[in-house]
Amino acid sequence: MTVLNQQRVNNTHNHLSNPKTYPPGQHVVTGNQSAAIGAFLSGVQVVAAYPITPQSPVVEELAKFIEEGELPAEFVPVESEHSAMGVCIGASIAGARVFTATCANGLAYMCEQLHWASGSRLPIVMACVNRAMAAPWSVLNDQQDSMSQRDAGWIQLFCKDNQEIIDTVIQAYRIAEKVYLPVMVCYDGYILSHTVMPIEVPDGNKVKKFLPPYIPHTPIDISKPVNINPVTLADPRLNADGVLCHGYMEHKYLHHQSLRNSLKIIEEIDIEYKDIFGRSLGGLFSEYKTDDADVVIICAGSLSKMCTLVIDMLREQNVPIGLVSLRAYRPFPNQKLSVALKNKKLILTIDKSLSYGYQGPICIDIKSSLFESGISSTVISFVAGLGGRDIKPYEIAEKAYDYWNKFNKKELTNEIIYESQWINCKY
Amino acid sequence: MTSILEIPADEYMLPGNRSCAGCGLGIGLRYILKALEGKCVMTVPACCLTVLGGMYPISSITVPWVNSVFPGTAAMATGLVAGLKALKREDITVLAMAGDGGTYDIGIQGLSGAAERNANFLFVCYDNEAYMNTGTQRSGATPKGVKTTTTPIIGKIHSPKDMGQIMDAHNIPYVATTCISYPTDLYDKVKKAKDIYGLRYIHLCVPCPSGWQYDPKDTVTIGQLAVETGAIVLYEIENGIFRLTGRSRRLANGGKLKPITEYLSAQKRFANLDTSSLDELQEYIHKRWNEFITKDKTLTE
Amino acid sequence: MNTRDCGHIISASSPAKGEAGKTGEWRTQRPVLNEAKCLAVRANKDICFQCWAFCPEGAIERKPGGPIDLTYCKGCGICAQICPADAIQMESEYDSPESTKSE
Ligand SMILES: Cc1ncc(C[n+]2csc(CCOP(=O)(O)OP(=O)(O)O)c2C)c(N)n1
Ligand code: SF4
Ligand code: SF4
Ligand code: SF4
Ligand SMILES: [Mg+2]
Repeated sequence: MTVLNQQRVNNTHNHLSNPKTYPPGQHVVTGNQSAAIGAFLSGVQVVAAYPITPQSPVVEELAKFIEEGELPAEFVPVESEHSAMGVCIGASIAGARVFTATCANGLAYMCEQLHWASGSRLPIVMACVNRAMAAPWSVLNDQQDSMSQRDAGWIQLFCKDNQEIIDTVIQAYRIAEKVYLPVMVCYDGYILSHTVMPIEVPDGNKVKKFLPPYIPHTPIDISKPVNINPVTLADPRLNADGVLCHGYMEHKYLHHQSLRNSLKIIEEIDIEYKDIFGRSLGGLFSEYKTDDADVVIICAGSLSKMCTLVIDMLREQNVPIGLVSLRAYRPFPNQKLSVALKNKKLILTIDKSLSYGYQGPICIDIKSSLFESGISSTVISFVAGLGGRDIKPYEIAEKAYDYWNKFNKKELTNEIIYESQWINCKY
Repeated sequence: MTSILEIPADEYMLPGNRSCAGCGLGIGLRYILKALEGKCVMTVPACCLTVLGGMYPISSITVPWVNSVFPGTAAMATGLVAGLKALKREDITVLAMAGDGGTYDIGIQGLSGAAERNANFLFVCYDNEAYMNTGTQRSGATPKGVKTTTTPIIGKIHSPKDMGQIMDAHNIPYVATTCISYPTDLYDKVKKAKDIYGLRYIHLCVPCPSGWQYDPKDTVTIGQLAVETGAIVLYEIENGIFRLTGRSRRLANGGKLKPITEYLSAQKRFANLDTSSLDELQEYIHKRWNEFITKDKTLTE
Repeated sequence: MNTRDCGHIISASSPAKGEAGKTGEWRTQRPVLNEAKCLAVRANKDICFQCWAFCPEGAIERKPGGPIDLTYCKGCGICAQICPADAIQMESEYDSPESTKSE
């Protein structure tokens, strides 16, 4: 049997379809449990992780599934996040489906491994339970951690609620194994990770059908040995058979093109998911009451769920407002977003992170997307919720109301246009 | 003990590779892969071995090889083991092979973690006693007194760590030291290690003409001198039982160590040592040698 | 010319001799075997083979009389140094009649 065929035979899910405690149907779970059940249903074979608040319960839950014998996977209790990602990389190269989770300093500690994983084009799925970056220490939520890894070459998907977490984890494996890229499933620490919500746990048998076995692009084969990721020159180089092979730059081009190509794949897989499981996650982003809106709020994660309330409040006040909640942050759906934002007059982005010295990262990307399409809407950058600072719907509503009025009265000053507006900052 | 003539002729390292002329690493690698009969997947961090392995798209090695980030060798090996196990391909030995920098210094956390978990791979630290790949900077393995590019004038002022003891303290099933000048000793140790379950650590002394500053023709002789003077001691610790092996065992059984100066004066990197440091070093080597002899309860065998 | 035909999705090399080119060109001295002195040649048996055993390049064949693969031999001189019968001499590449090198 060839190595690849052997891989196909060996690499099929052989776990129980669902965890005993989570049969298909409604359950009330935390975001962390939702992620763990998602990994279970996806038939992960190797889990390597290191504890960090508020991620720890994800791996504790998986460790329990594994020790109870429900999930025939290897749990590697590593000594650091650097090693957690290292183990995931090794196992993924060997052909196993792997899962890990981390956040904040743990994610930063993995940094070089994140690049190694994506540069090796490995379909690793990792939950990032968004938490503020130290210093100073904070265990509470914002999104500075994953945003700081924006350029690590991973797909980054944000989840609005606990249902989206389980669905996104399952979809993430399909996407990752299709485009050979790692996927970071981002969800807000505490707000989702430690809050119970009702979710629908899918039927594991259907997940097995949705997720065919993982076939590595470069299998380890003693009869056909290759050296993976050696020193690679700037320029293309001939192999021993005289075929011109990529230089470093061609590899990066391919990596980048696969990320761009995943825009389409993320949408297609979401549609397929809906056909099977009856739920769509909106593909690249979802819209709420944007059709007739002149003002649009854009944000990512649990905040966008809260913002639907804000929209409803403001609609009652006759503000023509809508919401775009971003699901795919990388790849960035620039073209589709500019279509969605085409006739909008005012765009209010809310970032739970900062590109220090400029503005919120989502805002920056929105501005450049609009510029590409020649849309000259006014964009205002809001920064909110850093280090767990409370965000109240009425505060956002007040700000949106206020700036919409200012916009109409042409009172938006340079201070507002060129700087970020900090919500609920008492300085 | 296997003799040179019993060593298999099969080669898994190809000529025309990128190592310096006379590099001890090529000798070491040949025997490691022979002992594993090529049925392995290697993982290697940034180091001279990466260079020997070759630049894309050509490889100088005929076994599967996975490069790793510099600190991540042991984690990568752990992952390969876990992944191969999940795929029921446990017939493939995972060989992690890192330099002294990738072992003693930046790699020690991951290696220690893997050893505590008794991860099922063979870790070979090939020790050329400095960061050669980046231009001969000092490492935690560089001997005291050695001039490197980061200890350029007075030489290194700290003694190296004892990595063998550090690994032994992890209670792993197999720890051994060896030297490329005794390829059958290396071969036998890798062969034995191959069939042991858990983390096996082999420390391989690799003379480096470029960093140690001697004529490339002397690589094997320098390695021999290292052992004959007691600068390097060949031993193995199998399930806690310590044994001197090969040349070191013969020296302990009625032989006599040569004066350390014979080893030091053959290399320019030690040129800085004054007589008092030499005396100190000689004293240290004798003390350690006597400790090894006392530790080996099998010597009368 | 583009690199598409290689079809590689990642940087992964395949084995071939001479990754660093014809490393024999690095040599300033070449090993020359004096068969009359070689223990293996004289006995016409598989004996000794110290030169084979210690060549860091794997450039010497494991049979009496070698040969040494001069395309790749880097001229380190280890074989000459290690030979118990003094059967290998290192000779300057520049003096050798077969030499392709000029000063
Ligand atoms: C995180 C990180 N820091 C530093 C380096 C640079 N670096 C590459 S190889 C190397 C030294 C390798 O030394 P050693 O492990 O002893 O192997 P040798 O080159 O001596 O064979 C260093 C410092 C790196 N690749 N990654
Ligand atoms: S620097 Fe030393 S260890 Fe590195 S390839 Fe050259 S001789 Fe070998
Ligand atoms: S080492 Fe010398 S004597 Fe022995 S086989 Fe080689 S050339 Fe002949
Ligand atoms: S030992 Fe050195 S000189 Fe002799 S054949 Fe090998 S590479 Fe050439
Ligand atoms: Mg070194």
